[in-house]
Amino acid sequence: MSTQIPKQTEESSETEAETDVASKGDERRAEKRRRAAEERARRQAEEAEKAAADEDTIELKVFRYDPEVEGKQEPRFDTFHVPFTKGMTVLDALMYSRDNYDSSLTFRHSCRQAVCGSDAMFVNGGQKLACKTQIVDLEEPIRVEPLPHAEVEKDLVVDMEHFYDQMEAVEPYFQTDEYPDGELEEQRQTRENREKVKMSTRCIWCGACMSSCNIAAGDNEYLGPAAINKAYRFAMDEREGEEMKQKRLEIIEQEHGVWRCQTQFSCTEVCPKDIPLTEHIQELKREAVKNNLKFW
Amino acid sequence: MSQSYNRGLIEDFSRWREFEAGMWAWIFHKFTGWVLIGYLFTHIAVLSTGIPAAGASEAAIMAGEDVYTQTIVSLESLLLVRLLEVGLLAVAVFHMLNGTRLLLVDLGVGLDAQDKSFYASLILTGAITVASVPTFIAGAF
Repeated sequence: MSTQIPKQTEESSETEAETDVASKGDERRAEKRRRAAEERARRQAEEAEKAAADEDTIELKVFRYDPEVEGKQEPRFDTFHVPFTKGMTVLDALMYSRDNYDSSLTFRHSCRQAVCGSDAMFVNGGQKLACKTQIVDLEEPIRVEPLPHAEVEKDLVVDMEHFYDQMEAVEPYFQTDEYPDGELEEQRQTRENREKVKMSTRCIWCGACMSSCNIAAGDNEYLGPAAINKAYRFAMDEREGEEMKQKRLEIIEQEHGVWRCQTQFSCTEVCPKDIPLTEHIQELKREAVKNNLKFW
Repeated sequence: MSQSYNRGLIEDFSRWREFEAGMWAWIFHKFTGWVLIGYLFTHIAVLSTGIPAAGASEAAIMAGEDVYTQTIVSLESLLLVRLLEVGLLAVAVFHMLNGTRLLLVDLGVGLDAQDKSFYASLILTGAITVASVPTFIAGAF
């Protein structure tokens, strides 16, 4: 079971603490803690055994890695048997494993309803949002890994810093020099224009597309699908005005901008919000060409 | 965090079973593109034998004894060359059809059907290749 390696290291650190501090109260407390830990381990092992024997459980293979614990520095896979309940998602199964078997299992999650974008993972060989991936749709055993092409910090947690840098590089916020005439006038958008950018506004910054992109994996400077989609959202917004659109096109038509995309459609396939990313990238390519071609 | 684990690019090609249509199209397009570039050089080398052949006497050319005809005939007599020609046709046809598909993708036409158009170009390539076999292999055995 997964808990074995961390348990050993925990116990050894506890005995060290005991020799350092000789106070009787501390000793007693340490003894109590150890007994509680043993009791917990025994209960967990029993539960895991029961779950493994039970028919209505699912088998979860989870990538584990922890640079700070000696026995866990070598990446490995842990198996968890989770009782299946109707409507269970991969995130539910992970949370069950963490709460009942191994509290050191680390993964990001917050809203559990595909809005916060913090639990993008590599499930059975595809980038998925764990909270909206139904267990019944997957083949067993379910392999859960951190997002590929990103540095793993711990277990299923990857470093998102580079992704956020790329997102910020396209200035993902509304800016304009053109204001309506009246002082209290609103900046209105036509319905057609809103429809045009509608899908692109749905991005939740989960990073699944960036992780699936073969080009982004090889070219660290490539903006990536999510950032280009953000650029699309604002470049196509008519309220920003012509001058701002020029500035945005200059950002995306740089060497590592839209032209790196080789239309593998990986990002479009994995996007949990069904954003037509490739379509948006292609449209920006055409915009960039139209912007630079002059027939005279 | 003091340390992090970089799994690198290992999963990319060991996971080929999980690739989607668009990824396969990209791989095949790259591969066929390189094959065609390689073929271009051998093509030029073979055709270049026509330069000394043009200096040969008319009688030799009529009799088919010049360098160019000799080269072509000896190449065509090899079974391997005949098989490679079928392969070359398959590679070229796929590259053309998928190139058309990519052109449509660039124009923003039918991006929702990009996987279907990939399968269509695969099937069409197969059909054309099979249909070409009698022509290429005739008399090779």
